[in-house]
Amino acid sequence: MFNPKRFYAVLVARNLEFVRDYASLGWGLLFPVFIVIGFAFIFNGQQALYTLGTVGDGKVSVEDLLGLDEALVDIAPQDDLEAAIRKVERHGLDLLIEPAAARYWINPESPNGAVLAKILKAEGSVVGLKRLPVSGDALRYVDWALPGVLAMNIMFAALYGIGFVIVRYRKMGVLKRLLATPVSAVEFLSAQLVSRLMLILVVNTILFVGLWLTVDFRMEGSPLLLLLIFAIGSTSLIALGLLVAARISSEELANGLLNVATWPMMLLSEVWFSMADAAPWLQRVADALPLTHMTRSARAVMLDNAGFTDVLPSLLYLVGVTAALLIAGALLFRWET
Amino acid sequence: MTQGQTALMQTRGLHMRFGDVHAVRGVDLDIFPGTCFGLLGPNGAGKTTTIECLEGIKSPTAGEVLYRGEPLGPHFAEDAGIMFQQTALQEFVTAGEMLTMFGRLYQRNASLDALIDACQIRDLLGREPKKLSGGQRQRLLLAIALVNDPSVVFLDEPTTGLDPQARRNLWALIGDIKSKGVTVVMTTHYMDEAHALCDQIAIMDHGRVIAQDTPDALLASTFDDVIMQLPRADWPAGTEAHSLQITEGPEQLQILTQDVNASIAHLLKLGVPLRNLRIRSRNLEDLFIELTGRELRN
Repeated sequence: MFNPKRFYAVLVARNLEFVRDYASLGWGLLFPVFIVIGFAFIFNGQQALYTLGTVGDGKVSVEDLLGLDEALVDIAPQDDLEAAIRKVERHGLDLLIEPAAARYWINPESPNGAVLAKILKAEGSVVGLKRLPVSGDALRYVDWALPGVLAMNIMFAALYGIGFVIVRYRKMGVLKRLLATPVSAVEFLSAQLVSRLMLILVVNTILFVGLWLTVDFRMEGSPLLLLLIFAIGSTSLIALGLLVAARISSEELANGLLNVATWPMMLLSEVWFSMADAAPWLQRVADALPLTHMTRSARAVMLDNAGFTDVLPSLLYLVGVTAALLIAGALLFRWET
Repeated sequence: MTQGQTALMQTRGLHMRFGDVHAVRGVDLDIFPGTCFGLLGPNGAGKTTTIECLEGIKSPTAGEVLYRGEPLGPHFAEDAGIMFQQTALQEFVTAGEMLTMFGRLYQRNASLDALIDACQIRDLLGREPKKLSGGQRQRLLLAIALVNDPSVVFLDEPTTGLDPQARRNLWALIGDIKSKGVTVVMTTHYMDEAHALCDQIAIMDHGRVIAQDTPDALLASTFDDVIMQLPRADWPAGTEAHSLQITEGPEQLQILTQDVNASIAHLLKLGVPLRNLRIRSRNLEDLFIELTGRELRN
């Protein structure tokens, strides 16, 4: 029988322990800020090349179109017109041209786009083509990367925060002392989960507001939906941490297992780069990782104003993963070494 | 003292194996309410494993543990207070907060105020457990073990590593607990502690109980002699011991005798000075060595 009083007692003690560990708390807040600020500096420089998107059949020659050397202009064929227009809006493409339909798109606020348009006009390449202006601010790398950085920060806080704590408790004998009380494994584990979830959400909300005030990133969608995504995503990663820490009592082994869990997600979950060009099997691996679903959903909300129904499949996937991991973790859990 | 009483806790045919190690080999114990029961034995004798089976922390490989005549159930934890040999508490949480947290884990609670006074930890409540001295820490852990007003308290080597003052202080606290009718089950390496606190003792060796009774009954049933101790320097050089049963130590000679008067007369006849002679009755340490041998245990 689940006893809320016992759950609350363990929850309070864990929360006190965390908030008084100023070193860990401070590092948890500062680390992602360092990363984001660092990336903002590194990737905010202007691109040296022009990027011209093309849609429709037929190969486009830079020489014919612009009278320029091919090294100066990237021709980027686009499959999806809507996505390509969005790229123009965000300055991801300087200009988009669809020769077959005799039209081209340009963002008048893009300096590169304006230059390319002038060259096209001078070369006579756009004579007879319909000019379609679009608007939108440039999508900087920091905008693209921030949802992933927030998700990655959550991943580390969830996995290491819960995994190491439980292994340490087991190694020190804290769990054995609790085993001598009426508290059940479910009460203890759920208190750890809720404590960690609360702290992750509070810390990341503070971090989000702090970044909003200092870094000026793109946030198109609902903050509440973003909070929901982070809450469900955090729970799934905490559940993974509980599973990793279910039986072991060696911090070295815990570190190794947590590295095994975190590194594939760091590399494959689109935190730093898109997996669109990766091999299909690797994309399938990425699709199975909880961090991928959290990152994609957060990115969709923050950059594309995605709504609840847009991210629902990912949220359902995360809920399913969470349930499976929690059941496995509770069944495997051991109080003693 | 146990005639007609019903045991509060019993073990029957208790066995515990850890892989190839057979740590406990058929232990039968009867622990009566309101008494202090001591488990004694050399290192590796199986005391801690046995007490952890009694606590319900470990499930025996074979045999059973009964509490009030019934196998240990999930509710036993509500009735039991436990102080492990080594207990770690959470970091960054004060002693007072720990006490409150443990209190919330039980349905029944002792009066915290009275408990804090009884265990003399009022001044320690705002401090982190890891910053307490050994004796202060043991008093806090004892308070935590008593926070649910238990019927039975398990103390696994409660005074190991404490200085004499802290040991005596803890003895007094354990005496107080017993005087309130709480059953105490303890393990210890200290024979004086067992003699001072325990109504019943069981001596274990190699996973078996090799003796179990009151300390005085065990001493009476094992020994019928006393020990006379003399400094080696007082023994006249070249003197034969004749009929005296003498054990030679590095500093002292021990004479085991059933007839003190005759032995003293014998010593006077040999011209041995008696100004440093000490006579003592057999104690639990003698019993322990007698039953478990003198070889060094790990």
